[in-house]
Amino acid sequence: MGLVLTMQLRPSLVDYGVESQLPVMVGLAIVREIGPVITALIFAGKIGSSIGAELGSMKVTEQIDAMTVSGIKPFKYLVATRVLATTLMLPLLTILGDAISLFGAYLGVNIRSVTSFSLFFLQVFKSLNFSDVLPAITKTLFFGFAVGIVGCYKGFNSSKGTQGVGISANSAVVLSSVLIFIIDLLAVQITELLGLN
Amino acid sequence: MELSKAENIIVIKDLIKTFGDKTILDGFNLNIQKETNVVILGKSGSGKSVLIKCIIGLLQPDSGSILVFNEDITQMNEDELDQARSKIGFLFQSNALYDSMTIRENLEFPLLRHWVDIDRAEVDRLVSEALENVDLLHTLEMMPSELSGGMLKRVALARTMILRPEIILYDEPTTGLDPVTSREIENLIIKLQKKNHTSSIIISHDMNCVKNTSDLVVLLLDGKCYTQGTYEELKQSTDKNIKQFFE
Ligand SMILES: Nc1ncnc2c1ncn2[C@@H]1O[C@H](COP(=O)(O)OP(=O)(O)O)[C@@H](O)[C@H]1O
Ligand SMILES: [Mg+2]
Repeated sequence: MGLVLTMQLRPSLVDYGVESQLPVMVGLAIVREIGPVITALIFAGKIGSSIGAELGSMKVTEQIDAMTVSGIKPFKYLVATRVLATTLMLPLLTILGDAISLFGAYLGVNIRSVTSFSLFFLQVFKSLNFSDVLPAITKTLFFGFAVGIVGCYKGFNSSKGTQGVGISANSAVVLSSVLIFIIDLLAVQITELLGLN
Repeated sequence: MELSKAENIIVIKDLIKTFGDKTILDGFNLNIQKETNVVILGKSGSGKSVLIKCIIGLLQPDSGSILVFNEDITQMNEDELDQARSKIGFLFQSNALYDSMTIRENLEFPLLRHWVDIDRAEVDRLVSEALENVDLLHTLEMMPSELSGGMLKRVALARTMILRPEIILYDEPTTGLDPVTSREIENLIIKLQKKNHTSSIIISHDMNCVKNTSDLVVLLLDGKCYTQGTYEELKQSTDKNIKQFFE
């Protein structure tokens, strides 16, 4: 991602004669938007669907009813743990994703012009403020929360049969992806309102 | 003794349950006495599972009452329900074994929940005893996916019995099993019932199972208790709604 972004941005920046700003531009784009959103979408595809499918099959094979009968609150036992996990893990994954992306960007910069590793990252980090990083990571908490809640909700409301499980897994991905974009939009508005830009 | 025999432990009165505009149970009445096996007979989709899920509080009926040990299940809060459920066992049609847990963990699960201050040795003893009752002690550390359908049913039965419930609800215990395995399950049901003096409701349309396990047969039709009697009584009936099950 970082690599492709760098390669595509370069011609425009060359046109304006600000090619030297390439690391700054790419760094900002990755950390503020592309890293969090793409990571969250992949996360929704992988984890959201697996939570939807897992709880869905527990529902149709009556395992959730069995828990209730055994005096366990399925909500606490199944939902709370999963939502907590997705909420806390997505920010960490995003940081990892950002790092990989930035490394890709460094390679991209290096295709045409030679920059040292340290110079590239010095440039990137100098341009990044706390106010770029904090809102970006904070919104991933909400992305993770949305993926977890939607996966659980769809799983819990699976209709009968193995077909129902597939449908829950699928619609969990679709709904959480849409929610990620909506939350992202809200996040921009809120950061702006708080004057963090 | 005669008096306690006639004691009603489950009294269902005017039970109504609808889903959307579909009326599943439409004024169902039934009394169940201590230490009897009641079989509920009915076509697929007639609401048999819905009925026993109402009895254990998994579904809330629209109206009517269900007295279990003289207390109304439909009026209970969560804590009271948990309390009542510890005396009722439920054998799910699809077994409902937790497929991410070993057989041992499956059996421990209800124990650790309902008897919080139970000690480790006692848990191990009860788990072994329950598995021994169904001749499956060797599966202790296996996963549910490694067992056959009949074995899973027996494990599920062991899990249901582990809390020594006074009432057991069986949802189609022999459906989907071969005749030999079905007989095994029936014999286990009868054996465990004798041993623990339980009362049960058994849902079935397997007439062999009905014949072997029932003290009383209840026919569920159009959401009502259409008729009740012993297996032999119903077998003699000339009513076409009853006869169709015996053909
Ligand atoms: N949770 C539910 N929501 C909507 N309809 C349901 C639900 N559970 C059962 N039903 C409907 O109630 C009817 C009776 O179901 P059930 O009790 O499972 O039948 P059976 O007698 O075969 O056990 C079916 O038509 C089913 O579609
Ligand atoms: Mg059923």
